[in-house]
Amino acid sequence: MDRLLNVMTGLSALLIVLVLFSVRRARIRVEYSVTWLVAAVALLVLSRSRRMLHSAADLLGLADPPLALLFIVGCVFLIIFYRFSLIISQLKDDNIALAQRVAILEYHIQALKDHTAGS
Amino acid sequence: MPPDPRAKLMILIPAFNEEGAVGHVVEAVKQAMPGTRVLVVDDCSNDGTVWRARAAGAGVLPLPHHLGLGGCVQAGYKLAFELGYEYVIRVDGDGQHDARDIPKVFETLCDSGCEMVIGSRYVDGNGGGTSLLRAAGIRFFRLVLRPILGKPVRDPTSGFVGVNRSALEVFSRSFPLEYPEIEALVVLQRRRFRFIEVPCRMLPRRTGRSTITPMKSIYYIVHVLLGVFVNVLKYERRIPKESRRS
Repeated sequence: MDRLLNVMTGLSALLIVLVLFSVRRARIRVEYSVTWLVAAVALLVLSRSRRMLHSAADLLGLADPPLALLFIVGCVFLIIFYRFSLIISQLKDDNIALAQRVAILEYHIQALKDHTAGS
Repeated sequence: MPPDPRAKLMILIPAFNEEGAVGHVVEAVKQAMPGTRVLVVDDCSNDGTVWRARAAGAGVLPLPHHLGLGGCVQAGYKLAFELGYEYVIRVDGDGQHDARDIPKVFETLCDSGCEMVIGSRYVDGNGGGTSLLRAAGIRFFRLVLRPILGKPVRDPTSGFVGVNRSALEVFSRSFPLEYPEIEALVVLQRRRFRFIEVPCRMLPRRTGRSTITPMKSIYYIVHVLLGVFVNVLKYERRIPKESRRS
């Protein structure tokens, strides 16, 4: 159990460092980094606090605290993926609408140019 | 002299890498419907589609990047709606739809009062040019759509479609992005719009080949099924028939 918790602590710390570096280099926007940072800090705290982990296991009805930790990790990532799916869908819709608008505006500009050249 | 109703019609041709066919399609359309505005929506082709379409005398709406069929058709619908067209007939850029059937679709669109007219290869048509797999898919979707639409549809995957301004308004706001034909029928049904099918001929492709492989067919069926049920379940306030008529 200790090894699993140590690995989880290491991974959480690595995730925090990675996200902070990405934010610093402007590879990830601050508003999207918050989700990852909150998740990573929560996992870090949970992996270091046996009392909290036991409480979580009791709450979930699981006899094995590491299993509870894995379950929580899975849930956290599912929620993050769902949130990013929503964001990606919205971005795709916006992207299509923008591309269509650009094309239509270019069409109107070309028509105006043709009209001006003809008159 | 009453104004020519053809002035209110735009022929929309979505095209992606159809350099070999699009020029012939535009010429055939112009021959079948002289004086009608023809718009080719180019979905960011890598070949000379835009040049060929312009050379054949069509207006071209070139998209800045590839959007897929639904996004491409919707861009054309948006432009037609903004320019005030009353009717739009969509013809595929690969030359499979016989341009000589356009007047029939247009007359039905004007006279029937239906919001959508589908050029169907299965209503007294030749039904040709359809692979076994596609024919099986069409049969399957006929069964799925029958209870949803409340009436049978013979050729739900046909891309030879005419719409009036009411449908144009709906489609310029909301149009399925991938494989749009079947989902578009459900979108219209949610608005209690009506459609009618008219017999049309299908020709062999002029160039290239269909991008729908057996694997893609399975993806197509799953994707469209999901799209249909999402559209059925989607919360959208229905427009009562009376207010739509007024």
